[in-house]
Amino acid sequence: MDEIRRHTISLLVENRPGVMARIAGLFSSKGYNIHSLSVGETMDPSVSRMTIVTSGHPLVLEQIVKQLRRLIDVIKVVDLTATGEKFVDREMILMKVNAKGDARAEAMRITEIFRGKIVDVSPETFVIEITGDEGKIKAAVELLKPCGIREVVRTGKVAVMRGPKSLKLV
Amino acid sequence: MAKLKGYQIFWESLLKEGVDLVFGFPGGAVINIYDELVNYPQIRHILTRHEQGAVHAADGYARSTGRAGVAIVTSGPGATNTVTGIATAYMDSSPVVVFTGQVPTGLIGNDAFQEADIVGITRPCTKHNFLVKSTQELAETIKKAFYIATTGRPGPVLVDIPKDVLTGEAEFEYPEKISIRGYHPSTRGHPQQVKKAAQLIAQARRPIIYAGGGVIISGASRELRELAELIHTPVTLTLMGCGAFPGDHPLFLGMLGMHGTYVANMGISNCDLIIAIGARFDDRVTGKLDAFAPMARNKAVGGLGIIHIDIDPTSISKNVEVDVPIVGDAKNILEQLIDVIRTMEVDWEGRHRDWLAQLKGWDSQHPLQYEYSDEVIKPQYVVEKLWEVTQGEAIITTEVGQNQMWAALFYRYKRPRQFITSGGLGTMGFGFPAAIGAQLGNPEALVIDIAGDGSFQMNIQELATVAEYRIPVKVVILNNRYLGMVRQWQELFFDKKYSQTDISVQPDFVKVAEAYGIKGYRIEDPKEVGPFFENLVKMKEAVIVDVIVEREEGVFPMVPAGAATSEMLLDKPASAKNGERLKRLLPLNFPS
Ligand SMILES: Cc1ncc(C[n+]2csc(CCOP(=O)(O)OP(=O)(O)O)c2C)c(N)n1
Ligand SMILES: [Mg+2]
Repeated sequence: MDEIRRHTISLLVENRPGVMARIAGLFSSKGYNIHSLSVGETMDPSVSRMTIVTSGHPLVLEQIVKQLRRLIDVIKVVDLTATGEKFVDREMILMKVNAKGDARAEAMRITEIFRGKIVDVSPETFVIEITGDEGKIKAAVELLKPCGIREVVRTGKVAVMRGPKSLKLV
Repeated sequence: MAKLKGYQIFWESLLKEGVDLVFGFPGGAVINIYDELVNYPQIRHILTRHEQGAVHAADGYARSTGRAGVAIVTSGPGATNTVTGIATAYMDSSPVVVFTGQVPTGLIGNDAFQEADIVGITRPCTKHNFLVKSTQELAETIKKAFYIATTGRPGPVLVDIPKDVLTGEAEFEYPEKISIRGYHPSTRGHPQQVKKAAQLIAQARRPIIYAGGGVIISGASRELRELAELIHTPVTLTLMGCGAFPGDHPLFLGMLGMHGTYVANMGISNCDLIIAIGARFDDRVTGKLDAFAPMARNKAVGGLGIIHIDIDPTSISKNVEVDVPIVGDAKNILEQLIDVIRTMEVDWEGRHRDWLAQLKGWDSQHPLQYEYSDEVIKPQYVVEKLWEVTQGEAIITTEVGQNQMWAALFYRYKRPRQFITSGGLGTMGFGFPAAIGAQLGNPEALVIDIAGDGSFQMNIQELATVAEYRIPVKVVILNNRYLGMVRQWQELFFDKKYSQTDISVQPDFVKVAEAYGIKGYRIEDPKEVGPFFENLVKMKEAVIVDVIVEREEGVFPMVPAGAATSEMLLDKPASAKNGERLKRLLPLNFPS
């Protein structure tokens, strides 16, 4: 009951200035964790879809969802992890790695294993793009570390339920 | 359709909302609103002397009437001066709509003269806020603001209006109805949960109703009383709940919490079921969380847990995990609950007889009391006399500190909306402007601010407002020349080191009143108190009464911060009290 859990929460919110500030403000003022947050427009341009990865004790996670729902600009909140439904989640990572000498071949090999792409090439570096779930991204970073990672940029997680179910406005 | 200017749309919209009273303070960003005001004789504008006063007054109006209170201020410093007022309203769920002027849209973000990001500043202390982007949006935004402020769990809403939005033009059409897709306050309780609650209640042997401000906001006082009488169950109220249940009712245990009565705190500590209604398990109520309601929350000793009725889902299981949550409007849910309970055949009176006898025992053991003196005026005596002389009918506002606690404990409130205090934020300086708002909302009522000498000085400038509009509020200062509540903590927990709490350098309040053209009196002799108050309640004008009280009186009982609710200090530890001189006050008359 007491252990800290990591949950992925999907939100539909008004696509309006200030909404991000409200959500970020809620997390900071209540001391909730944000591991990642990603946001983008939906098919309906007045609505944005947000994916938040957070963690806490079960009661805190319940509060987070309720507090999010209480915001007037938040239209819908689903704690994907709590629903028990299966969902797909992905994150994209861009890594600038050393690509001189032995590292060059090694980096190419690892990129291939992870079905990543080398999207920029210079005599001393590659920029590698990898998409995947948390586990895959973590593994790729671990394996590329020996090559020397200069920079890492992550999009934050996006998630969607499997099967025909989807997050609707009403 | 004819086009109107933004400042006309502003006032037209307020008319549509049925507003006939606003509090405010002008400035450059809202000068057009004020210029247009003269064309709206239906609306009375009260010029307070500080923007904080305007918001507290609007709040006092709202709390005493149940209607939204309105404040209008200028941009920049006018807006930032409202923040304490807004936060006060937010913590106590009061429907206040604050309009702030803003620099023209083109200048926003430029550090323009008198620009403040008031939407950013008040985001965490408003229910919602808006920056109006165009004159076209103005009417609808105002409609939304009132709708959000007054529905669900009420709260303050701020509308920030740039100057060019006010001077621009648009067609005026006030929306009849609006829907906000992210806002659907639930009203009725889930029938299954209501049934569960009823079953639990029928199992209880030692139930207690713990009710708060939500009952008042919901207008559920009648239903609360009906339920308590039906199931023969004692009621304790939070500070915000004072008035939700009649103070002279045989089932009333008094207030609970840090300065609750002995019987209420023993009741909550020993009950086997808590029925919480419109209350939020604030830390001033629960004391040390782990030790709160140890019997009810322990299944091993037959505890049945907690039923929690609240309109705000985030209040549920926030501090204390509850067993049967029912989300919705208290009035509706109590009606539902009463209906279910009426179908049950239970000898409620018989079931709870022993429990009520036990409570009665606790109450006679340590009744609410103070030591009377005929040499120096005891603050509790002042409140008691006010209660007597007003026959419990006055609207009482309070400041914050000891005065507030004595006003809550020693005045017995009969009705909801009769006791107006800053509970959640504990804002010194609230009571006086709130009394102004309450008086304007209830012109026939006797409105009294039970004040502290420290707090009163925090919004003392509103004496001018009282003088200008001849608002007949009474301010009764319990003058101990101390920041008394802080001094009490220093006495009890900091070896009587009264660091920065002696405020005996203070103005002559009688002369201050007179300087504003208001009547001022001073009372120093206990014998004067009764006769003076007899006259006071007949006076039709504003009166400031400086009552010189015992300097080092304490508020008791007291649950020290961090202690369990049942671990009360009943008196100053060292003082040797003469039992016979303790005056038994306000007996709780339990049904025998
Ligand atoms: C604006 C504000 N500042 C500080 C406090 C902390 N505080 C709580 S009670 C109190 C003393 C109030 O003094 P007074 O108004 O004289 O009331 P008394 O306790 O003496 O009755 C103080 C300073 C507060 N509640 N509000
Ligand atoms: Mg004082």
